[in-house]
Amino acid sequence: MSDVENDQQTLEEEKTEDLLFDPTLKKKKKKPKVVFEDQLDTKEEKVAENANNSVEVNENEEKAEEDDMSIFADMKKKKKKKKEVTDKEKVEEEVPAESTELEQPKLKKKKKKIDFADFEKQLKEVDEDEARGAEDDNIFVPEGEQVEKESKVEEAWLKSDRDYTYQELLGRVFRILRQNNPELAGDKKRYTIVPPSVHREGNKKTIFANVSDICKRMHRQPEHVIQFLFAELGTSGSIDGSQRLVIRGRFVQKQIENVLRRYIVEYVTCKTCKSPDTILTKENRIFFQQCESCGSTRSVSAIKTGFKAQTEKRAAQRRAAVQ
Amino acid sequence: MSAIQNLQVYDPFADTGEDDAGPQGYIHIRIQQRNGRKTLTTVQGLPSEYDQKKLLKAFKKEFACNGTLVQDEELGQVIQLQGDQRIKVQNFLAEEGIEKKLIKIHGF
Repeated sequence: MSDVENDQQTLEEEKTEDLLFDPTLKKKKKKPKVVFEDQLDTKEEKVAENANNSVEVNENEEKAEEDDMSIFADMKKKKKKKKEVTDKEKVEEEVPAESTELEQPKLKKKKKKIDFADFEKQLKEVDEDEARGAEDDNIFVPEGEQVEKESKVEEAWLKSDRDYTYQELLGRVFRILRQNNPELAGDKKRYTIVPPSVHREGNKKTIFANVSDICKRMHRQPEHVIQFLFAELGTSGSIDGSQRLVIRGRFVQKQIENVLRRYIVEYVTCKTCKSPDTILTKENRIFFQQCESCGSTRSVSAIKTGFKAQTEKRAAQRRAAVQ
Repeated sequence: MSAIQNLQVYDPFADTGEDDAGPQGYIHIRIQQRNGRKTLTTVQGLPSEYDQKKLLKAFKKEFACNGTLVQDEELGQVIQLQGDQRIKVQNFLAEEGIEKKLIKIHGF
């Protein structure tokens, strides 16, 4: 926590003391409501009580739509279930040995699951390495859902008879402070953007509908974002009439999200102060990122497509070349 | 210790060696979608001290997939593997003593 906040906290402690009771009442009312919403949203949510709830809600909806795209949907499901198991495991060979007591007949399946889960976990690790704590997993939160989630996390000690921890109380103080006088609590709002809305068109194309919206929120040129997306996904595409991005290949929301997250880490957040409030300018063919809140400037690496393997049939390519 | 260490001349504007093709460059591991749920993994920018042919052979054996060595005009030799082998390649290279920072995984 920074010094400024510390000061504010001490300043406000007297004030909040008498306010303490009101908010708790409010919160208690609020909590059942949260649960209710969850139940409405999906049944699967209960299984996966992860931190990034809100993101998953959307995924689950999408999962229903795209059952035939089972590779990626499965990946998600598997990851949820096997998360605890996979955390410690690095080598595939270890897996059967550890889990035989539980699910012997499913061994073969399980191996695959672990594979995917492990894979995703490591991918995330890589991301986090790059991010160095710049942003958490859940950047993609629809507006309005954030506060509810926080309160849910907050009150974990209410149900059990354990003691509350310092962190929880601290969070509580800040939340109450923020609720009652938002202008005093400092602008500590987490950086969020809306989740990308991704759906399939036909068999081989994916539509990313709210690119322009997301670009606007990140204060980036859509061309730059799209260029990055294509470079990372190793594919191509175009923008259709209603400003939607048509991507060649099958992708699901989670994958686009991963790429966008990487984009944000690389090109949006300031490396010095971690603020997302930056602008990107081009000078002499080099992109510079200037932070609006701390004023630092740094050059960002150009987007490189790299090697592109030939994926379509040679005959088809030749035919296209002739025409 | 006769020479004064501080006065060594060096050119601050010299190339830092952060070129992609150089020994310091990143190793890019990418994925490409093929038709259906098939994918292709490409490994680009491997240090030249490694024999790519032998590396490919080891990859193929280790990951039980097929693969090929592609000669690109700009990027030199690129290893192509069938299927999504990104994490496996990364682990393999890390175990062989390549810094994990130098390995960049792309794709979704």
